[in-house]
Amino acid sequence: MTANRTATHWAQLAFVRLGVLPFLLMIAMIVFTLMSDNFLTGRNMLNVVRQSTYLTLVSMGQMFALLTGGFDLSVGTILALTSVVGASAMAGAYAAMPDAVALSILIGILAGIAAGTAIGAVNGIGVSVFNVSPFMMSLGMASVGFGIALYLTGGVPVYGMPMQFGDTFGFGSLLGVPTPILVTVILIAILYFVVNWTRLGRYFYAVGGNIKAARLSGINTKLTLFLAYVLCGAMASISGILLTARLDTGEANIGASMPLESIAACVIAGVSLRGGVGRLESVVMGALFIGLVQNGMNLARIESYLQTVVIGALLILAVVADQFRLRYIANLRD
Amino acid sequence: MNSDVQDSGSPFVGDPPLLKLERITKRYPGVLALDQVDFDLRPGEVHVLFGENGAGKSTIISIIAGALRPDAGRIEFRGRQIALASVHHARSLGISAVFQEFSLVPQLTVEQNLFLGAEETSWGRLNKSALHENAAEILKRLGFPLRPTQRVEYLSRAEQQMVEIAKAFRSDLSVLILDEPTASLTHRETEQLFALIEQVKAQGVGIVYITHRMSEIRHIGDRITVLRDGRYVATVDSETAEDELVRLMTGRVIDQIFPHISYRPGEAMLEVENLTTEDGTVTGVSMNVRRGEIVGLAGLVGCGKSEVARACFGLIPVSGGRTLFNGEETTGLPPRQMLDRGFFYVPPDRRGEGLLMMRSVRENIALPALSLPDFSRGSVLRRHAESARTAALAERLNLQPLRVEREVDHFSGGNQQKVLLAKSLTRDVELFVFDEPTVGVDVGTRAAIYEFIRDLCESGAAILLISSDLPEILHLTNRVYVMCRGSLAAELSGEEISQESVLRHCFERKAA
Ligand SMILES: Nc1ncnc2c1ncn2[C@@H]1O[C@H](COP(=O)(O)OP(=O)(O)OP(=O)(O)O)[C@@H](O)[C@H]1O
Ligand SMILES: [Mg+2]
Repeated sequence: MTANRTATHWAQLAFVRLGVLPFLLMIAMIVFTLMSDNFLTGRNMLNVVRQSTYLTLVSMGQMFALLTGGFDLSVGTILALTSVVGASAMAGAYAAMPDAVALSILIGILAGIAAGTAIGAVNGIGVSVFNVSPFMMSLGMASVGFGIALYLTGGVPVYGMPMQFGDTFGFGSLLGVPTPILVTVILIAILYFVVNWTRLGRYFYAVGGNIKAARLSGINTKLTLFLAYVLCGAMASISGILLTARLDTGEANIGASMPLESIAACVIAGVSLRGGVGRLESVVMGALFIGLVQNGMNLARIESYLQTVVIGALLILAVVADQFRLRYIANLRD
Repeated sequence: MNSDVQDSGSPFVGDPPLLKLERITKRYPGVLALDQVDFDLRPGEVHVLFGENGAGKSTIISIIAGALRPDAGRIEFRGRQIALASVHHARSLGISAVFQEFSLVPQLTVEQNLFLGAEETSWGRLNKSALHENAAEILKRLGFPLRPTQRVEYLSRAEQQMVEIAKAFRSDLSVLILDEPTASLTHRETEQLFALIEQVKAQGVGIVYITHRMSEIRHIGDRITVLRDGRYVATVDSETAEDELVRLMTGRVIDQIFPHISYRPGEAMLEVENLTTEDGTVTGVSMNVRRGEIVGLAGLVGCGKSEVARACFGLIPVSGGRTLFNGEETTGLPPRQMLDRGFFYVPPDRRGEGLLMMRSVRENIALPALSLPDFSRGSVLRRHAESARTAALAERLNLQPLRVEREVDHFSGGNQQKVLLAKSLTRDVELFVFDEPTVGVDVGTRAAIYEFIRDLCESGAAILLISSDLPEILHLTNRVYVMCRGSLAAELSGEEISQESVLRHCFERKAA
């Protein structure tokens, strides 16, 4: 009886401290393990992590926009544009100088990231300088970017990239760790440092927490907002490059689910939609969780249309649970 | 009339209490905010709740107003036990509250805010003209100079406070709760509010009133309940001497609130020449503030006293005149550059533009100084130095509880104010502008803040004190500028500074 009560007490405490995510992860693990024998295997778990890297990168970028009190609905488009521009530039460079493989890969990657980051920069200018709401700005840019991507390719996939690009960045591995995971881990480390140990990181929280107070404290709020969207664009385009390598073609129709999934990953991880609150490590967990659910549903042969329903429902559930958490905080004794 | 009961001049004496709280307990994580507190309210009385910052005053009234549920204890309303489910429920019983922290919707107009949740409709259609008329009527009754169609986000803190107060008066009242309603009001609005309180008192409304200002207790209080650390201390009548009240509240004796200050005016730090702002709140103001002195800036709500300082700090666009800081022209420079030159502005509205409510005390205090070598090397933060410095500052200002990693939102109002003040100590500052620095601060802390201001002054800083609290202006400053409707009405110094002279100039313009 008392043991039972202390257990509930601990569960409550964990709920308050850590949020809904650990509970959702645990439930998902149990459910999918029961539904499929292939789920809880080392190979599949590595698979989950690898598949989640693309979303993880985008979600971390999305977190910056959310921290400043906005969001970015154009991350999907950034992925697509990066893919198309990067692939075209790479294929073009490779065709022009078939011997310089590494150089053409580099040119392609830089071109792709530049294109995607440019979209982020335009978002940033709109939001910070012209005070356009992040919703309208990024929605508008989503359409602009998607239009450009389609216009550049006529809607057909871009072929002609050197084999080595896909082999290295899509399927390659170093010391047994797949390249996409390696890249993601490095970026997680860098961003963790930026968020927690640099002034810029602190300024993101300050601007989202109270933009007026931030201004009175001498922070360049416009620059901070601008950089949040630039970082978001950059992260989405790195994700776009890695995905392009995996697909071996430049595609204009990738990333459509990214805006929802990246925001979901952040919100499930406890990032406040009103800005100023959120932790990078939780966001990484949030993205992994979504990857885990998708993988589990695939193994359990749940239809892909239904999967979309589940992701949307999970997002709403997470927000509701977070409301309960806030109410608990008021009642729980420490 | 029942003669055993001590007569306090109220026609309702001897009536059963309107409201009765018994052994109310309320916990927050890690804090016992209320520990078995008793409280009762009779019809037609003003019952003052008195106590230090964090004593639990706001918590009690949140419970009475239905915004919080107690963990234990019972509440009786007109002799019947009730369980308040929400603010809405409390309102339906005629219990109406003005909270310390505002609950206005910034994007809506004054009138929309006044009737939010109680809009008059006919067949589901909003009756907009009735809304407008009722709003105008309430504002007129209260004598508040507000336009009903103005959007709340453009109002100053004092004006928002007026909207909050007007909101409480809108419906049929039986219990009126006012949590530091005059904290940013000036004399005139306060008088109007008190007149209204007298009116509703005569109708048998019971009023719970929270204030840190002694003069107000004297003025309108009937009974006073003193709380300390979440516990009930005593209920006394309003004749009780001031010292005794402070002793009950703090458990110790505070001999003097206002310190003695020796001013040594030096060279001018801030010079304002013929300043006019684009929005018309300030026209043709000239003044200066020198090192080693405390200059007061007084005036009614909306007279532009705050705006002068805000324009100098680069928060409001200037359309005419110029400002010089330390001899250098700085007209229109943004806050960032003013800060770097040693100008620090402490805003009046801690929640609105002072603090990041959901971030920790540490992050808040360090924010203005993150670019300094004390807090960062290049763009990398020195987190250990940051923790040490901010903890020391929090301790210096006597933050309670002294937990710098806690979110600011979880501190009581007065302690949030301390965090706001601590921010100004992180950098080298030559001119401090304190805009209503003691809003919602208890007597003991207030004395500490005044000493803090004195120390800054005596160590050679220039100080501009903008305040609606007249005693503060009278006791702390050696020079006072009085403003009226956007321009300067008078400059007083030394012996000329008195309640009469300041008030007189508040109301009339100097005959140019
Ligand atoms: N949301 C919260 N979470 C945790 N602790 C809280 C919260 N709100 C208040 N407290 C704590 O409860 C205690 C009582 O707070 P309360 O706001 O009632 O004080 P108060 O008497 O109104 O003070 P003040 O004069 O500063 O407004 C304080 O110790 C405060 O830190
Ligand atoms: Mg309070």
